[in-house]
Amino acid sequence: MTTIRIVDEAGIFAENKDIARSIRLQKIIPALEHHEEVVLDFSHVTAATQSFVHALVSDVLRKFGIGILDHIAFKSCNDTVKKIINIVVDYMQEGMEGEN
Amino acid sequence: MKIHLPNSAFLGNIDPFLRGFDPSDPTSLTITSNNKWISVHPVVLSMIAALGLTLPPDRIHFDPLEAKSKHYLVRMGLFKMLGIPSSINVVEHEPAGRFIPITQIMTSDEISRFITEMIPLLHLEAEQAQTIGYIVSELARNVIEHAAAPHGAMLCAQYYEKSNSIRIGIADTGVGIKKTIGQSHMAATDLQAIHLALTPGITGTTPKEGGTEQNAGAGLFFIKSIAFVNRDYFMIYSGGGFYKLLKRISTKHMALHADPFKDRHSIGSEENPFPYWQGTVVGVDITLDQTKEFSFLLDEIRKTYGSAVRERKRQRYRKPKFI
Repeated sequence: MTTIRIVDEAGIFAENKDIARSIRLQKIIPALEHHEEVVLDFSHVTAATQSFVHALVSDVLRKFGIGILDHIAFKSCNDTVKKIINIVVDYMQEGMEGEN
Repeated sequence: MKIHLPNSAFLGNIDPFLRGFDPSDPTSLTITSNNKWISVHPVVLSMIAALGLTLPPDRIHFDPLEAKSKHYLVRMGLFKMLGIPSSINVVEHEPAGRFIPITQIMTSDEISRFITEMIPLLHLEAEQAQTIGYIVSELARNVIEHAAAPHGAMLCAQYYEKSNSIRIGIADTGVGIKKTIGQSHMAATDLQAIHLALTPGITGTTPKEGGTEQNAGAGLFFIKSIAFVNRDYFMIYSGGGFYKLLKRISTKHMALHADPFKDRHSIGSEENPFPYWQGTVVGVDITLDQTKEFSFLLDEIRKTYGSAVRERKRQRYRKPKFI
């Protein structure tokens, strides 16, 4: 299992998309390619932008399919962060339906 | 180019100020001002600074300021940013006046740093800091990622005690929204491009639903939604296109619209466009004592976003033609 502490990478306000991209490319995707479970730990993150979450996970969903969500856990998210993640996952699923 | 600092220019009454901008002769800039009093939204200062950065200081002429409020322009860093002397002495005191002077942002890391430093300067509470930080992040990242603006984003903000609000202005002299959106969508005019840019799920980086790995086309929709829910003004100006979200009339039922033209708004019509602004300008007001909980706003956004995507998919659906 790979656990990624978002606060260590992006600070308490997770808004830097370049950092999100780097987490995705250097940590999330390699771990999933090795069939590891991924835990995105949002402890101490007070807020995140939709752009950050999009840059963090949208391409993962597109590459591996929506079923990959069974192998990713979002840990210790506050209500706001949970809602942002839900928005991104929602619109990605809506958009991906019928893409293939 | 000529621009006039009027007696008053806030988002509610900014149209005459913008209409008075003369973009002809981009090799020089003349700034004139009301000689009694100048009280303007930060977006006005961001615009002037953005224009000024396209020219060497010796091509900028600032008519001598007579108005009593001229010190404000100095404190906001306008002369410093333009690289011209102000001939006004200001005793700098603690920057506790709750303002962010005009700041040039060129990189992604500068945005993060700016947001971190901005919160204590504006004396924001946690919930308010979240909203303002969100807006600044999304607006500034739009410029850095899409505007191809050689001088980056010019940003400033001010707290207004009387209205208990934060007013934010950001301007760039980049390629403008029509060119950015036009890379992936049909937009015949600047106003059509603004319309698309404010619609959730539309990004210039791809025609695909869901966006690219880095862009979803949701940032401006989120910001407009924040202003809508809080009953605040929001304006966007690019090329000859202008869109202003007007204050929502208070009703019990409040529905976000994916289509910005379904909100209460004003525009520069296709027949009578605004003077051409090479780049993009965004102004937003956030009234702090009206600020709805961010999480409530997100519930509304989730509903609206989902139905907008479904509606677009429905429109693209084609039935087989049997003949």
